[in-house]
Amino acid sequence: MSDMKFSEEHEWVSVDGDIATIGITNFAQEQLGDVVFVDLPEVGGQVSQGGDAGVVESVKAASEVYTPLSGEIVEVNEDLESAPDLVNTDPEGDGWFFKLRMDDTAELDDLMDAAAYKKFCDEHG
Amino acid sequence: MAGFAGYDMPIQYGLGIMKEHLHTRAAAGLFDVSHMGQAWLTGADPAAAMENMVPGDLQGLAPGQQRYTQFLNDKGGILDDLMVTRAVKPLDHDGLFVVVNAACKDADFARMETALAGDAKLERIEDRALVALQGPAAASVLARFADGVDTMPFMTAKRVAVAGVDCLVSRSGYSGEDGYEVSIPESDALGLTETLLGCAEVEAIGLGARDSLRLEAGLCLYGHDIDEGTTPIEAGLLWSIGKRRRADGGFPGAEIVQAQIREGVSRKRVGILPEGRAPAREGTEILSADGASIGTVTSGGFGPTVGGPVAMGYVAVDFAAAGTPIQLSVRGKLLPAAVKKLPFVEQRYYRG
Repeated sequence: MSDMKFSEEHEWVSVDGDIATIGITNFAQEQLGDVVFVDLPEVGGQVSQGGDAGVVESVKAASEVYTPLSGEIVEVNEDLESAPDLVNTDPEGDGWFFKLRMDDTAELDDLMDAAAYKKFCDEHG
Repeated sequence: MAGFAGYDMPIQYGLGIMKEHLHTRAAAGLFDVSHMGQAWLTGADPAAAMENMVPGDLQGLAPGQQRYTQFLNDKGGILDDLMVTRAVKPLDHDGLFVVVNAACKDADFARMETALAGDAKLERIEDRALVALQGPAAASVLARFADGVDTMPFMTAKRVAVAGVDCLVSRSGYSGEDGYEVSIPESDALGLTETLLGCAEVEAIGLGARDSLRLEAGLCLYGHDIDEGTTPIEAGLLWSIGKRRRADGGFPGAEIVQAQIREGVSRKRVGILPEGRAPAREGTEILSADGASIGTVTSGGFGPTVGGPVAMGYVAVDFAAAGTPIQLSVRGKLLPAAVKKLPFVEQRYYRG
């Protein structure tokens, strides 16, 4: 948990070598409510920092997912197809969205650590 | 919370939309719909006067009977939809009780004042709350506090004391379930609402579940599934126009509506069942199996009781038959779907 990084768009990033796993935060899923569908990016596709990387649909509404890092999508969480509620029950674990091979690890410096993100949510929640 | 027609309304209470929805279908949900416009219409013959504005058979309403109808413009387009109840004596009014949508109420009442001047008197009701109690347990819950409400048939109303409070109770609602709408004097509204919420079967339900419940029940939401550009015939609301009105007309846009009844319409409101898990929201383009644009989704989302996405929209009439394969253009992808007979979830009204 401690090595997780967070974006202002409420995505989390967990890094293993040059692979980053990305999902939405617990704060985000609480705001969204019951998640019923996640539209994930295509494996092999290229995404760039701040750009669209899918859509998460709750009972309430559809919300864009932005990737906090640039890179090539190497894996998506196929469990979300049949069990989108994993985003609610375990957002920062089994409810991950996709993994990408980072183009530029320096982009990680644009993200917040857990303490900074908590402060950000307290201020912007 | 969200702004809605000038009111600050909760999208959901503590349970969240999904559980609120499922709870209403399993037990009972309480909805605060006090933002809707309530009014009395009085005069020598308010039903006859009001029939100049709507296609519903209001003169045929028996005392205590309630009817759904629409205000139409001179093209037969729908200006608002409403419920009209003929009051039962003894009441402080011998007239019609009218409930209209919150977003349209000022315009509706202004139009009524003008159109009915000299024939009927409009009295806006500003001192009564309106709550809906919906679900299979609604009757047993309300019967604990009010005599005889459990045997009232669907679409009837009466004045009755609920927990000692003088209320106007109708057996109707907007969820597809059995249930009631209860008009309560303002000063007693909070207390009575808390009394009802104190029952084990009852949970408070927000706007989110109100929308998903009515969508599964195939009921129109004004400003979305019906508006000034849609007629009752295109919207599949012919059932709300009585025989006499179909034959005699005498309401705005009657020639157009009667021609549509006779000759058919070019597009129709239908239910839509997407095959996959992706919801198709309002505004989604509808295409035929071979890719021609045939219409637009007017309401769409996730149906908790259906357990998947559901939608309604208008399609060209050749594609309106149940089972017709169609496609939905969602974020640039064409998703397979089929036209589905409405409602998605069987309505469970109490017909006595």
